[in-house]
Amino acid sequence: MHPAVFIPIAARQPPSPALGAWPWIRRHFFDGLANSLLTLLVLALLVVALPPLLNWALVHAVVQADNAACRAAEGVGACWGVVAEKGRLILFGRYPYEEQWRPLIASALLVLLLIVSCLRRVWRPALAWAWVGVFTVFYGLMKGDLAGLTAVDTERWGGLPLTLLLSSVSLVVAFPLAILLALGRQSQLPAIRTLCVIFIEFVRGVPLISVLFMVSFILPLLMPQGAKIDVLVRVLIGMTLFTAAYLAEVIRGGLQALPKGQMEAAHSLGLGYWQIQRKIVLPQALRLVVPAIVNTFIGAFKDTSLVTIVSLYDLTGALQLALGDADWRKFFIEGQLFVAAIYFIACLAMSRYSQWLEGHLNTGTRRQ
Amino acid sequence: MSITPPAPNTPAVIEFSKVNKWFADFHVLRDIDLSVARGERIVICGPSGSGKSTLIRCINRLEEHQTGCLKVEGVELSDDVQAIESVRRQVGMVFQQFNLFPHLTVLDNLTLAPMWVGKLPKAQAEERAMQQLRRVRIAEQAHKYPLQLSGGQQQRVAIARALCLTPKIMLFDEPTSALDPEMINEVLEVMVELASQGITMVCVTHEMGFARQVADRVIFMDEGQIVEQNTAAAFFDHPQNERTQDFLSKILAH
Amino acid sequence: MIPPAPPPPPRSRAWSWRSQAFRGWVYQFLTLALLVLAVTYLLSNTFANMRTRGIQSGFDFFLQPAGFAIGESLFEFDSAQGYWVAYLVGLSNTLRVALLGIALATVLGSLIGIGRLSNNLLVRGVCAVQVELTRNIPLLLQLFMWYFVMTELLPPIEAPLKPMANVFFSKNGLQYPLPEWSAGHWGTVLGLLAGALAWRAWLHRAHRQFETTGHQPPVPAHLTGLASLLLLTVFGWLAGGAPSALSVPEVTEINLVGGGAVTPEYLTLLIGLTIYTSGYIAEVVRSGIQSVAYGQHEAAQALGLPRSAELRLVQLPQALRVIIPPLTSQYLNLIKNSSLAVAVGYPDLISISATSLNQTGRAIECIAVVMLCYLTLSLLTSAGMNIYNRRVRLEDR
Repeated sequence: MHPAVFIPIAARQPPSPALGAWPWIRRHFFDGLANSLLTLLVLALLVVALPPLLNWALVHAVVQADNAACRAAEGVGACWGVVAEKGRLILFGRYPYEEQWRPLIASALLVLLLIVSCLRRVWRPALAWAWVGVFTVFYGLMKGDLAGLTAVDTERWGGLPLTLLLSSVSLVVAFPLAILLALGRQSQLPAIRTLCVIFIEFVRGVPLISVLFMVSFILPLLMPQGAKIDVLVRVLIGMTLFTAAYLAEVIRGGLQALPKGQMEAAHSLGLGYWQIQRKIVLPQALRLVVPAIVNTFIGAFKDTSLVTIVSLYDLTGALQLALGDADWRKFFIEGQLFVAAIYFIACLAMSRYSQWLEGHLNTGTRRQ
Repeated sequence: MSITPPAPNTPAVIEFSKVNKWFADFHVLRDIDLSVARGERIVICGPSGSGKSTLIRCINRLEEHQTGCLKVEGVELSDDVQAIESVRRQVGMVFQQFNLFPHLTVLDNLTLAPMWVGKLPKAQAEERAMQQLRRVRIAEQAHKYPLQLSGGQQQRVAIARALCLTPKIMLFDEPTSALDPEMINEVLEVMVELASQGITMVCVTHEMGFARQVADRVIFMDEGQIVEQNTAAAFFDHPQNERTQDFLSKILAH
Repeated sequence: MIPPAPPPPPRSRAWSWRSQAFRGWVYQFLTLALLVLAVTYLLSNTFANMRTRGIQSGFDFFLQPAGFAIGESLFEFDSAQGYWVAYLVGLSNTLRVALLGIALATVLGSLIGIGRLSNNLLVRGVCAVQVELTRNIPLLLQLFMWYFVMTELLPPIEAPLKPMANVFFSKNGLQYPLPEWSAGHWGTVLGLLAGALAWRAWLHRAHRQFETTGHQPPVPAHLTGLASLLLLTVFGWLAGGAPSALSVPEVTEINLVGGGAVTPEYLTLLIGLTIYTSGYIAEVVRSGIQSVAYGQHEAAQALGLPRSAELRLVQLPQALRVIIPPLTSQYLNLIKNSSLAVAVGYPDLISISATSLNQTGRAIECIAVVMLCYLTLSLLTSAGMNIYNRRVRLEDR
């Protein structure tokens, strides 16, 4: 066998696919009997359901806050006038009408802070101070009773600001507690480990409603005589404890994912326990689970809807309140769709962010 | 053991004619012309990204070629499902990552295909499996699970699994690249024994000592093309093309 | 002869701060002491507060008559029975909706999860939309929407929907005919049992045949098994005298009487929980299927395994190991989410305890019992999952 003379071949373009539009359609929609039937079924459903739906929602809809027009269009067109009429009640709850610019600004600030915190460039200790600052401004604006603002009791706080406040405060306050719980659960000391396990398993084993009931009815009994405790504070304590248990499990996942070699290297350098946790373990473990932490925040955001049951009117509760009005009760579904859209957009944005984060955070730890 | 090259003019069992393959726009196999005779032992080497793994994966249709003609045991590989199935029954493959089924014991890993593809009764399948396990010298691990074995043992089980279907052609895709150095030899010994028994082998490997000992023909690939092919002695002692010389100097330096 | 080794020196107890063991003890002691102090403080507050407000304590109230009626229950309950019976009704209502919800959500979720991996773009799109919608809207809001559909959009009881003969669907819920139990039905039950055994026997026979000859029976064993199940059940029914008495809902002046019934509250909770949880289960199933390494698929292809055998023997066993743990936690979530029944007026465990709390004022006892019930359910499910996990764990060194 003699070697042939070698002639290098330059790279060529692939042949233009013999596939055109029809083969693509066939492969993606009609691949086999079952798939074809399914495609036809879904298409049939869409054809039957979509035009009347669009008709109802857009074409014949009434947009002005006109009860008579809405009633006239009942069954034929959607009454988005409900949103125009009751929108402020839904968004801000029972906050006094004239002062509603305050919760508006407060919510805008908090949302801005949340969005800014998403950028990785900003992840510095100064961010923690920014959070403290914004929370203080939020409380001051909402509560009032200073700088010429009239006082507004926490019982009247409601709607979107309340939802934002509950979810962000409970997550922020739960964070250090969750770190302690997670470290305690990994501890070698049996007493501490048992206590942490009991707390975490207990809180994770019961529904959030029962925790809210507990803080509503039992917490006042635990206070020294004569001390009164705000409804909002009670609910915050309940949600914080609940979130802390779930967050502790998330952080524990990060701690376990850390290679053992890290701890061994740190020990061999002679660092103490708390130094190791602060400088080596936690920075890495937390970075590993940031997407899971964002998912916990999404969960807390949705769970705040449960405070309706203990008479705090968050976004969902304010909806119930707004539609207690007999005149507008019939148009419940438009109101629900409005609130559902707000939740959907917020949660979808957050979950897309968490997925993006997952993809980007790992590139720092993998070899390029 | 003596390894005798096949007689000249033996029919070709694998025939590539002007085979081209693209991954999206990347031209990974360029006008490949290759003929493998029955009983021949081929080693393919080359830098990473040269297309050698893609080439042998085309032989059992784990990758699809776009243009050109590829025939295995006289059957032309195309979209035809029957053709692909008949080819896969005659071609065995050993992967770099072993790819043993971790939830089945070693014995079950080996009897799976003979029972479900070869339609053998269980007793016969097990007998054949034990025979192959003895052949690769790992019969005592038959009832263990793959993750309980070392890398070298797992790869030998993978070889036995491929042999259980009595294939006419064996493909090896970098079988020792994922192994610790002390385990490479046990796998190479099995492959050398296999080679001496007359089976057609196409092997992608960096183990040049193995190539020298076993190969009838060594092929060097670079950038999707076959640059040079020759008998083992001529290839290593007198490489003709400067790319080949360059590659060999890097590989054989230490 | 080697002299025996000297006994090891006694361990010296270093009672100094430098000993790591000693430090550990001190930390634990301090933590426990702090805990005990906090608990004592809180308890003393509690007792003082209870005295001032005149709240009694003790679990004896459970034996006292409940004094309230319960909207729906699995067995007869009247207000003269004790609180503990009311709690049992609540628990049975919770299980009634949770267990059926778990079964339905698993089926629906698996289908949607597999649908998300389909080649068919329409199916994939529809499944993706379902998952995104249900996961991004709070469950409470979804329940409110379903409740609205059940109580406002359905026709009133006077002119109900009739999807099938003698089945009525209206604002008052779903009424359907219920077979009346008679002695002849034992024949059907026996027939069913015999059919199930026959199915198992067919499977066993097919397996033996495959092992000895390598060939499978021409008709799949599952089909012959199903056929024998049906045949034997019908045979048993006929043998029992073919009892066919049905309790059929009949239209009276104000209501529908007779037959079986489920309230709109039950339907709301069942449908809402099923659809919500199926979105999460779909994601669990999808990621489980995708977690099986691609190399396994390639090895199966290289061996020439047909796709159906590959799915059953290689992909599914490995995927299930990854799916089962998060699936169990979704089941637990469904059980806990059923507590939202209190918002739609379904008398589950939490609703009943809320009513009892309002009536007796014994907050601590009522809430403690409820939490205990849920904790038991959670721990039982976790324990079961741990056992399963240990059994199917991939054996490694």
